[in-house]
Amino acid sequence: MRNLALSDEILLTVDKPARYIGGEVNAVMKDPKTVDVRFAMCFPDVYEIGMSHLGIQILYDMFNRRDDIWCERVYSPWVDLDKIMRERKIPLFALESQDPVKDFDFLGITIQYEMCYTNILQILDLAQIPLMASERTREHPFVIGGGPCTYNPEPLADFFDLFYIGEGETHYFELMDLYKRWKASGAPREDFLKMAASVPGIYVPSLYTVSYHEDGTVEAMMPVCPEAPAKVQKQVVTDVTNTYYPEKPVISFIKATQDRVVLEIQRGCIRGCRFCQAGMVYRPTRERDLDMLKKSAYAMLKNTGHEEISLSSLSSSDYSRLGELVNFLIDEFGSKGINISLPSLRIDAFSLDVMSKVQDVRKSSLTFAPEAGTQRLRDVINKGLTEEMILTGAGQAFEGGWNRVKLYFMLGLPTETEEDMKGIAHLAEKIAERYYEIPKDQRNGKCQIVVSTSFFVPKPFTPFQWAQMCTKEEFLHRAYVVNHEIKDQLNRKSIKYNWHEADVTVLEGILARGDRKVASVILRAYEKGCLFDSWSEYFHNDLWLQAFEECGVDMDFYTVRPRAMEEVFPWDFIDIGVSRRFLEREWKRAQKGTVTENCRQSCSGCGAAVYGGGVCFER
Amino acid sequence: MNVRVKFRKYGNLKYIGHLDVMRYFQKAMRRAEIPVCYSEGFSPHMIMSFASPLGVGLTSNGEYMDVRVEESPSSAEAVSRLNAVMVEGIEVLSWRALPDKAGNAMASVAAADYDVRFREGYAPEDGWQERFRIFMGRPSVTVIKEGKKGSRELDIRPLIYDWNICGDVIFLQVSAGSASNLKPELLMKAFSESEGMELSPFSLMIHRRELYADQGTEEKRRLIPLEMLGEEIGRA
Ligand code: SF4
Repeated sequence: MRNLALSDEILLTVDKPARYIGGEVNAVMKDPKTVDVRFAMCFPDVYEIGMSHLGIQILYDMFNRRDDIWCERVYSPWVDLDKIMRERKIPLFALESQDPVKDFDFLGITIQYEMCYTNILQILDLAQIPLMASERTREHPFVIGGGPCTYNPEPLADFFDLFYIGEGETHYFELMDLYKRWKASGAPREDFLKMAASVPGIYVPSLYTVSYHEDGTVEAMMPVCPEAPAKVQKQVVTDVTNTYYPEKPVISFIKATQDRVVLEIQRGCIRGCRFCQAGMVYRPTRERDLDMLKKSAYAMLKNTGHEEISLSSLSSSDYSRLGELVNFLIDEFGSKGINISLPSLRIDAFSLDVMSKVQDVRKSSLTFAPEAGTQRLRDVINKGLTEEMILTGAGQAFEGGWNRVKLYFMLGLPTETEEDMKGIAHLAEKIAERYYEIPKDQRNGKCQIVVSTSFFVPKPFTPFQWAQMCTKEEFLHRAYVVNHEIKDQLNRKSIKYNWHEADVTVLEGILARGDRKVASVILRAYEKGCLFDSWSEYFHNDLWLQAFEECGVDMDFYTVRPRAMEEVFPWDFIDIGVSRRFLEREWKRAQKGTVTENCRQSCSGCGAAVYGGGVCFER
Repeated sequence: MNVRVKFRKYGNLKYIGHLDVMRYFQKAMRRAEIPVCYSEGFSPHMIMSFASPLGVGLTSNGEYMDVRVEESPSSAEAVSRLNAVMVEGIEVLSWRALPDKAGNAMASVAAADYDVRFREGYAPEDGWQERFRIFMGRPSVTVIKEGKKGSRELDIRPLIYDWNICGDVIFLQVSAGSASNLKPELLMKAFSESEGMELSPFSLMIHRRELYADQGTEEKRRLIPLEMLGEEIGRA
């Protein structure tokens, strides 16, 4: 029997002990004596969330295919266990071997959202690894970050030895081989960092210095040694068909957020919405081959026994062979008690037809993400969804028996006026009107429209990276305008309105476009007890405000300050393929409300064609 | 066809709760490609029911569930196919066809065997085995049972069908199932109180050995293990 790191008594005291015991179906066990590299792969949030993440499953599978590497998983201990581990000084352990993470060669942390930054410090702290990279010695693992937030890693630069910018399938093995050489050589820690800096996509923050202008903006970022490139190039998998994809994902005992087979059908998005970071940093759009997807679906369902399969991509409707794929899934698995879930489908005749085959129309809802309330503002953000498309889609759905609609919008977008805010209410009203056009005896009771607004956060590497963010008060005012307008309308009883928290949005904005100066605030907030910030019941805005105050860091500098076109951004040392010139052009077009066509309509020359694959070379 | 499955839950799987074990088996059945029947409707679920939920922290050599299958491989093959997809901590012990008139596992449960031990450092003072014997000699053991409609007094002594002590292990055969279910903890709590100590939540290590159906009469019990109600399926 595998020994566990935690005692029986602790495991029977904490909530959901299954989070900490490992040993799940398809978890990979190896003999530590037979491997050269031990890699702890961490998602810094609670187990059920971390286990749902596809990226980790891909890398876990990829690493473990090599006999000389053992990759294991680590998640954030929940607050109950966190307290016990601190009190009893129990070092954080990896799930498979239950060995302390501090004895590993690497600790890889995927950074999916800004509000997990204090959890990263928790992981390091519980692992008994110095929080500051500069304090680590040869005895400590190398801490490497990856994932979407590394497109601006600067607020975390002090805490990481390395960052991997881009898709992990490409150069990780090269890095591991260098590591083995370094380990055998007995050379100092710095030597490995320099060697690593020459691997494409690897960013070693300690090998760069940043100078600032008097106004606090970045003047320049300079490598301090020849090994570190001036620009770090994002890495992408050009051929997403002939690459790693896990056939035996690990299945948790307790229900994970994604308790299903996830089939990633493509990477990237052709659309170019101007607020969307994923749409820019994952360029170019690359589709997986249909046959590969069919084979993966078979294998994964067989090896997991999951009762559900879900397609994953930024915009599934744009997958060129979607019809064939969906019909295959329905024909092949629908009769075997397998549910098929199709998120991120554009509502049209095709999707309504498929959805009526795979789900209970009366219980499911339609989802639209117009993001903005008027056509003018939708043109500004380059969201190619028109009111007519929404009303037609909703109309068809209502005729087909649906009566629930979810609408997603953002408030605080650049150039937004009161008319745009009210437009959100008006659009919801028109959808309700469309529903009540159906004769009473033919419709299915009242319609239920849920309008949700989040607050807009400008993200690096988007055309809106120059945008000013609203203050908290302004955000709440805008939500108030929407709410008031909805309550003033005839069909108010059919429309429910939810809005996001404003405090946490402001903080997200600071961390998203922050620089190295923000690191001290993150550390201070963590020391004050901030943890699990993405869980509203554990988010303490007051502690964060104190941390900013005490560190003398001005929040407004990162949020509401106007940014000049030529400002050097902290993330400009990364080259994502999409050029700064393209982003500037898009920012200007946005202000004029000029729409840019998607990659399949016409190429806008964004720069991502340098990767030599995907949609750029379809024709 | 309805099939009764017996399995063992041991080691680290004791931290996995009953509902998660159910989910685990649903997935395991699909991995083993056993054609389990589904309910009708838009979200069909496997027709599967468990005999008696086992609490978190307990191990067992006598867990049962019933499943309805479209057709069944031989018992030997089903057991080996399932065990090929199990994790350490769960082992399938038997797979037997249930006669049509047999009640489901849950309704059939009448008694259970348990091994109970004190965890190291939690046992009462030396010589407790002898005092336990005296305690069990009482004609009645009254406990307060908390129910939905408030608490009430209950004599649990008649619910203990058999017992003995071997070294540090207390063996108990007790009434189980929907009619009157005695959890070993309740008895041990009463004993601890008679020792003048409070039973802390980690004091006991409990292992379930078997679940029984009662095929006797009102007057005389005849307990047989639940698996004996089914029949081995031979090779076609
Ligand atoms: S280069 Fe053209 S086709 Fe390729 S991603 Fe950019 S805009 Fe799209």
